[in-house]
Amino acid sequence: MNGGIGDRTAIVGIGATEFSKDSGRSELRLAVECIKAALDDCGLTPADVTGLAGFSMDTNLEIEVANNLGIPELTFFSRIEYGGGAGCGGVAQAALAVAGGAADVVVCYRALNERSGHRFGADISLQPVSGPMMALMAYGAPCGLMTAGQFAAMYASRYLHQYGRTTDDFGRVSVTFREHAANNPNAFFRDKPITLDDHRNSRLIAEPLRMLDCCQESDGGVALVITSAERAREMPRRPALIRAAAQGAATPQGAMTSFYRDDIATLPESGVVARKLYGSSGLGPKDIDAAIIYDHFTPYVLGQLEEFGFCGRGEAGDFVADGHLGLGGSLPTNTNGGQLGEAYIHGMNGIAEAVRLLRGESCNQVADIANIVVTSGAAVPTSGLILAAP
Amino acid sequence: MGVTTTGTASPGAAPADPALRARPQQTRDTVWWFDALREHRLLIQRCTGCGRLRHPVGPMCPACRSLDWDTVEASGRGSVHAFVVSHHPQLPGFDYPLVTALVDLEEGTRLLANVVGCDPSEVRIGSALRMEWLDIDAERAFPQFRLAAVPA
Repeated sequence: MNGGIGDRTAIVGIGATEFSKDSGRSELRLAVECIKAALDDCGLTPADVTGLAGFSMDTNLEIEVANNLGIPELTFFSRIEYGGGAGCGGVAQAALAVAGGAADVVVCYRALNERSGHRFGADISLQPVSGPMMALMAYGAPCGLMTAGQFAAMYASRYLHQYGRTTDDFGRVSVTFREHAANNPNAFFRDKPITLDDHRNSRLIAEPLRMLDCCQESDGGVALVITSAERAREMPRRPALIRAAAQGAATPQGAMTSFYRDDIATLPESGVVARKLYGSSGLGPKDIDAAIIYDHFTPYVLGQLEEFGFCGRGEAGDFVADGHLGLGGSLPTNTNGGQLGEAYIHGMNGIAEAVRLLRGESCNQVADIANIVVTSGAAVPTSGLILAAP
Repeated sequence: MGVTTTGTASPGAAPADPALRARPQQTRDTVWWFDALREHRLLIQRCTGCGRLRHPVGPMCPACRSLDWDTVEASGRGSVHAFVVSHHPQLPGFDYPLVTALVDLEEGTRLLANVVGCDPSEVRIGSALRMEWLDIDAERAFPQFRLAAVPA
């Protein structure tokens, strides 16, 4: 450990609403429900919370969250741009705030009616994104390149070409995570595994991507409670130590629109995060026992595995085909079924799953988990964590 | 808000009206580039400090930090760097399946544009392209590309 925030803070509570396609209630209500559940999980109350962190894309203002939960005062609040890239970054900022004394207890939250409300599979202009983000997307508007699936497809087309791979590489990612989801009672796709043929025959969305390359659209909320490791020792649940936390962007950077880099079949912002996580923890890919890899679209799972050094460049398809991401593999990944299988809560449900793995409470528990890599939205300015058993 | 899509075009259906296409959000730094398209000029920003071409456009050269720039006009010749054949969801003003390419312009910058006038299965990474103009309305024109005959 070379200083910094390593092991000084922990995720001590997790909470979630049900995951559905139509929550039937407001995003603010989802937010306060999941935050209350996360506080209950660790024996704290809203009066203990002094910080809130998370996503600028979340429609729930921190002050409205505080107003409704009855959080008396906030000494730290921070929200991060770039959609799903924010997830682990919120935890990173919470950890910095706690380690630096800006707040004692910080809650990270994400609550959205992403299926029944503003669907993220649609034209990005229909989603709650900022003016500057829309200006960033301007070059795609006149030629109809305005959805996340299309942005991912552009990367995927170059990836396949550059490494001479086939879309079956994408399909095996989906098959693996749906197998995990099949055993998860909270997953939308519980008891619904798929085959590679199902993937091959699924509807074309944006070639080379098919429906089963795309994560779900979901309604729901997830919250995480972060406090000091010292305080965590007095709390009821086994803490997930924040061994390393990092954000990453790599110029020239877009938001799934990094089309102007020399090599667009890479995810250098994920590489920035990986180097920072490994560098600050002294760990390397061989020390990681399980992973939560952000799976908005299957091709980005491959690229992230490569950027984090779990396999070589262009080798992730073989790595997945060899079963490494499975429950019996060398790197059990997205044991909850991921966003392809469980739900799409901007990756926050994946962070919660990492905490469950460290507690020994996953629906697909694997033995001897000491260090877990968690990633956030890939291909946008992103973030990541190494969570560890105490 | 819900999803806004046009219906799936059936064979023989009338082509979509390009005037329905979303307008790009412009800023003080980008409006000149979009304005030039109206005059059928595809411009590439050039740093007058170091000569570097850049796209997307912006106020400062990231190589030499000069704020001074002029433009060069693109020839309209290029090739496919990567491409997407879009099926769903369908945005207003476009016909589907829709080919959108990341074009390597011969000047060295890249550009997002549609490839039209061919079966999508004919498009390959590396395919040579030639530019033409789509006049959307009195205020808007945009470059699009066709597959160019490649010398044998």
